[in-house]
Amino acid sequence: MGTIRILICDNEPEMRAHIACVLDGYMISSPIGTEKKRFTTRAVASAEEALELVQECKPQIIFLEDKLPGMSGMELLEKLDLSDDSLLAIMITAGATIEAAVRATRTGAYDFLPKPFSPEDLINTATKAARHIILSEQARACAEEKRKARFNFIQILGHELKAPLNAVEGYLDIIRKKTAGTRESSQKTYDEMLDRSMIRIQGMRKLITDLLDMTMIESGQHRRELVPVDICKAAKNAIDLIQKNADERGIKISLNCAACPTIEGDATEIEVILNNLLSNAVKYNTDSGTVAVTVDQKENCTTIMVADTGIGMTTEETLKLFKDFSRIKNPQTRDISGSGLGLSTVRKICQLYGGDISVESTPEKGSTFTVKLYQKPPCRTC
Amino acid sequence: MSPNSRKTILIVEDDSDFRFQQKVNLEAAGFNVIMAENENAAREVMKENEFDLAIVDLMMEAVDAGFTLCYEIKKQWPHKPVILVSVVTHETGIEFDAATDEERSWVKADVLLAKPLRFEQLSHEIERLLKNL
Repeated sequence: MGTIRILICDNEPEMRAHIACVLDGYMISSPIGTEKKRFTTRAVASAEEALELVQECKPQIIFLEDKLPGMSGMELLEKLDLSDDSLLAIMITAGATIEAAVRATRTGAYDFLPKPFSPEDLINTATKAARHIILSEQARACAEEKRKARFNFIQILGHELKAPLNAVEGYLDIIRKKTAGTRESSQKTYDEMLDRSMIRIQGMRKLITDLLDMTMIESGQHRRELVPVDICKAAKNAIDLIQKNADERGIKISLNCAACPTIEGDATEIEVILNNLLSNAVKYNTDSGTVAVTVDQKENCTTIMVADTGIGMTTEETLKLFKDFSRIKNPQTRDISGSGLGLSTVRKICQLYGGDISVESTPEKGSTFTVKLYQKPPCRTC
Repeated sequence: MSPNSRKTILIVEDDSDFRFQQKVNLEAAGFNVIMAENENAAREVMKENEFDLAIVDLMMEAVDAGFTLCYEIKKQWPHKPVILVSVVTHETGIEFDAATDEERSWVKADVLLAKPLRFEQLSHEIERLLKNL
């Protein structure tokens, strides 16, 4: 259980005792979660002492009388850092005017409680301030977490972009200096280096394309245009796009539309889903393998299944699959370009449709990816 | 014949491009090169082959695979030079070096080099470490 630290600054001993007596140990429930917070109080008779204690004990709420010997309450208010809601000031003054209240609020006071006040008034005012503090703390923690996640993402992105550059630079350096020799037989080594450089550059291009796709989805700047999208037609288009790559490796792609669903969706988003699934099914397939695309609809749930006969994955590998920058690294994936962002973006899009993506896979046998998209809130049968 | 012709260097590196480049560069400098793509493969290669110096990548399948491997090499051959290579720098929050005896007492490597690696720098360190043998 946490505490809310309250400082009372009033030159009348009875008033200090009264406020402390009402508030000390009082429990409030947090506006979020079930946690309770307990008030703890400290009391001082002057603004000078209050200023010292603020540095030392970091109170979260200060009840402040304006008319004090020496520095006034208003003068103290000006010296306090009230910018980020980690300290809230509540003015308590007898015979206060509206003008005084307005002035105090302008100087940064959170609330105004005119004397005399009842214990209920005091508790209500303190509770309102405490809840505000708890919510602000949560908001700050969320912002910090977001900042860290973003920082982390940029850092990984930096590494992922630097890796292909380092590789290509290394090859160019060898080629320029003819380190592998000048005999005719060395040409094969140089050719291999050029091929590897091309693969790494294609990988980098894919990373940038996927990154742009992901930014489009996450930035919220992409204006979603919800129109009826014919899923089978979209699947045909995606197959056409990948057909050339499939033909080169003798991979057959089939499309089975059990139903021809039209869903209220954004055409670009549906395209990103289908292109990612199909390009993966071809990339990670074996030569002369097959890709089976099945589209179906039950009630308001549209299912897209893409099954390949490729290299497959272990259960451990499938668990990592939908995270940002997750790539399965093994000798079989060595020459396959991928950013590790494609499936993570597909999952994010599916979630926009109240759906999700799942995978079933067997090493050396192949993988089946299933995407579910909903028109309306999910039905129980899907 | 190059004075390095009899020296064999073990490269333990999971990035196949980087492994390939190091092999070409080191062979051009007159070394014999044996390679392993991860720490387990390295254990097998070390059982079967003699080597004079090892270049080990820090982060392979396990993020600290290189540390473990360096430790194993130094335990078996305390005087065999080991160069640990890594992209880990102060940017990632993991800071360490192998510049002082105290650092070398827990980082079981003679030299720590940051990727991207300049071959001139690697070559300089190899010459220096092999000369001390």
